[in-house]
Amino acid sequence: MKRFFFLTILVSLSLAACAPKGPVTLTVMTHDSFAASADVVTAFEQANNVKVTFLKSGDTGAALNKAILTKDAPLADIFYGVDNTFLSRALEAGIYEPYASPLLANIPAEFQLDPQHRALPVDYGDVCINYDRAYFADHSLAVPQSLEELTRPEYKGLLVVENPATSSPGLAFLLATVKHFGSDGYLDYWRSLRVNGVVVVDGWETAYYTNFSASSGRGPQPMAVSYASSPAAEVVFAEMPLTESPTASILAPDACFRQVEFVGILNGTKNRSLAEKFVDFMLEVKFQEDMPLQMFVYPVNRDAGLPEEFVKYAQIPEQPARLDPAEIAANREKWIKAWTETVLR
Amino acid sequence: MDQGVDGDGVAVSQRVGESESQRVDESASQRSAESLIRRIAPWLGVSIFLGLFFFYPLARILWLGLNPASLSGLGISSLRFTFDVLLFTFYQAFLSTLLTLLIGLPAAYLFARFVFRGKSLLRLLTAIPFMLPTVVVAAGFNALLGPRGWVNLGLMKLFGLEAAPIVFVYTLWAILLAHVFYNTTIVIRVVGNALAHLDPRLEQAARLLGADARRTFWRVTLPLLRPSILAAVLLVFLFDFTSFGVILLLGGPRFATLEVEIYMQAIQIFNLPLAAVLSFIQLLCTLAFSILYSRIVTRVAVTTAPRSAASNLRRARIWREKLFVGGVVVLLLTLFLLPMLSLPLRSIARLESARGERTSVTYGLTGDYYRELFVNRLGSLFYVPPFKALTNSLSYAALTVILSLALGFPVASALTRPGRLERFLDPFLMLPLGASAVTLGLGFIITFNRPLIAGHGSLITSPLLVPLAHTIIALPFVIRSLQPALASIPVRLRQAAATLGASPLRIWFMVDWPIVSRATLAAAIFAFTVSLGEFGATSLVSRPEYPTLPIAIYRFLSQPGGLNYGQAMAMATILMGVTGLGILLIERFRLPGAGEF
Repeated sequence: MKRFFFLTILVSLSLAACAPKGPVTLTVMTHDSFAASADVVTAFEQANNVKVTFLKSGDTGAALNKAILTKDAPLADIFYGVDNTFLSRALEAGIYEPYASPLLANIPAEFQLDPQHRALPVDYGDVCINYDRAYFADHSLAVPQSLEELTRPEYKGLLVVENPATSSPGLAFLLATVKHFGSDGYLDYWRSLRVNGVVVVDGWETAYYTNFSASSGRGPQPMAVSYASSPAAEVVFAEMPLTESPTASILAPDACFRQVEFVGILNGTKNRSLAEKFVDFMLEVKFQEDMPLQMFVYPVNRDAGLPEEFVKYAQIPEQPARLDPAEIAANREKWIKAWTETVLR
Repeated sequence: MDQGVDGDGVAVSQRVGESESQRVDESASQRSAESLIRRIAPWLGVSIFLGLFFFYPLARILWLGLNPASLSGLGISSLRFTFDVLLFTFYQAFLSTLLTLLIGLPAAYLFARFVFRGKSLLRLLTAIPFMLPTVVVAAGFNALLGPRGWVNLGLMKLFGLEAAPIVFVYTLWAILLAHVFYNTTIVIRVVGNALAHLDPRLEQAARLLGADARRTFWRVTLPLLRPSILAAVLLVFLFDFTSFGVILLLGGPRFATLEVEIYMQAIQIFNLPLAAVLSFIQLLCTLAFSILYSRIVTRVAVTTAPRSAASNLRRARIWREKLFVGGVVVLLLTLFLLPMLSLPLRSIARLESARGERTSVTYGLTGDYYRELFVNRLGSLFYVPPFKALTNSLSYAALTVILSLALGFPVASALTRPGRLERFLDPFLMLPLGASAVTLGLGFIITFNRPLIAGHGSLITSPLLVPLAHTIIALPFVIRSLQPALASIPVRLRQAAATLGASPLRIWFMVDWPIVSRATLAAAIFAFTVSLGEFGATSLVSRPEYPTLPIAIYRFLSQPGGLNYGQAMAMATILMGVTGLGILLIERFRLPGAGEF
């Protein structure tokens, strides 16, 4: 009986693996945070007689590593979601086929970090310190205007950051300090932050919902490393309709780190022409205008407009910190290790 | 069934392992070929299953990192570092297990021996944490003991303090307490089950012979419980040893276990060789514990005639018993109710604060979060209707229960007559608990990205992979909960039945089944909760369209906004409710022929 049962399982397994032949399936491998409007994707499917499947494969790092490990027999036709901090790892592993989409013409050069067009920019977002507006107003405390001011005694114990070893915004903020203070000065800065009681947590969820005082978690810190678009999300997902956001971002020079996310066609795809169409689709205005409210990122396409919530409540820093992806790739482990020694041990 | 074989129960010192295997050896010489098949047969299912879905992918990913070429890059510094991490992993697992026993054993005694009001509810309460996602548990602990938690705010108000007096989150205590919170149910289920079915006449005999209650407990009850205590210790220890989410979320960045380090090396730094070395060490440790366990357990195992659970139950009569029952009930309520209470409370509480004066927060009742669950506000492609998440979760859980029982039962039966084969294979069954989920996830990807059968889709994208992954983790629990019960069945009962002319099938149904049916329920509950909580299994699979309740919770918590937070709490409350109901149903479920056991 047991063996019979096991046989049934095996048979049903192989049956499930044998999908019925319908329209062609295009598979997009991506990270867990990917989101899109159903009607936008459906429109693409209908226009091209294709079924698009999204393969969510963990956080950005996990998804990318999975794509790299399977590059000889790729699970998908397209990989979306690698950002500028991981870009070099993706390019060096050679997971992408070049594709010079005609839509690149509408994308500013500052986002086109891969001159060979293996990875094409789709969206960007700035990792910034969010602050609790009510807290600063209640305590008649001035909002810090630079990274340096964060080490002042009046801000002692008020900032929560994510561990760069386990969190992507955490790494982004570390990179912002590396950019601002230089690779020989950032550790001194973190030493003073540590003295000033900076709180380090594992990831964004904890920082935002457990430690940040302006979120529903009602934590103890009125400043948290999050995104410049988070204040807009606070309005969109408010418990009760809001006319202003409870949070805002510190937009001082180099205080924010700009993350750019890329898409590319996976090497060895059997649906090259469809994959090209999908990449174009992601860069076209319709999808670009859908992204902000779905993923809370900014479109890279010049022609794409922003939703009202973004215009009103999200801010774009004038001088975000940027680092060359190759430099990040070369130093990531070293910087994280040194940071760990300085801040945690 | 015949329970009249009275004298058997007192054979406390009988050593099962040896006497039974001798018996088996005799029969083996008579019909060697047939018996060989019979010995191997129970292992077929599990071997194929674990071989294909566990050992093979694991071997492939480890080989990728452990081959000589990639290993040469590792230096002395990484070894020294590994040693430090290993030391802490041991340390926290040891302390956690000790604390879990300290609370779990009295609790197991309470449930096995006493009748009191609200008993099944309390028992349910202790089982629910087991499936709660770590994010949710961390949120619960924070609401209670965090810097702005109820306890600290209350103390600050009471004594007019400026800062929070209790520092709990990001300390070793938070790790230990969370482990106790998660794993006490293992001790209660495994040990409690054995305790409930101990033959009360053994203790009565000891008392008659003049031993006082304490002496009876230490000299009779406890030795009889050793196999089940050991099984519980092994499970709890392995769970703590491979802890990941609790360390990250409640321990904070200053603590790292092997599993945490593996994640960082494999995912963040992409240093596969070091990740493989760490995974391998973790596996070796698991294997060592499991071998140690099976060595000890065969030495301490005893067969008694198990009795109906009812014969051991009584109301607390004398004041000492009443004190014990009251004390343990209060302890369990504090430990399990308080941290979880904030979740359902927050799911119906809205923060009503005038913007700008948020230091004083008032709460208002609301059903919005639940209503909002049914609304796809942004028209997202990945919106999960709560009912769909629920049915997905439940179907996965049902499949996991069936699959893990079907695979686990034959093996657990075989393990009760341990021959050389069983002794050798036994420790390997525990390895799924010691394998790093991150590593196995990468192993799955590189193994199942190609179709198993040419011309078919790859398994990695199939939703069936989810219950398979859950079964891998549920199997050790199922086997370890069944085995002590199966082992407690005296051979003499079977022999008596055979002498009286019962067929093997009839013997199994009339002798074995009534005794193990309760353990089967316990095993089913483990499989059910493991699947609903999906420990680490999420990272094993990439699934497009079949999100479960925990996935939905994570999705809400990944974006800012009060509505998202509230919906996560609402979803977590639903998850708690469903698990509770599921466990109740399984417990109430009358298995045919189960009788009073």
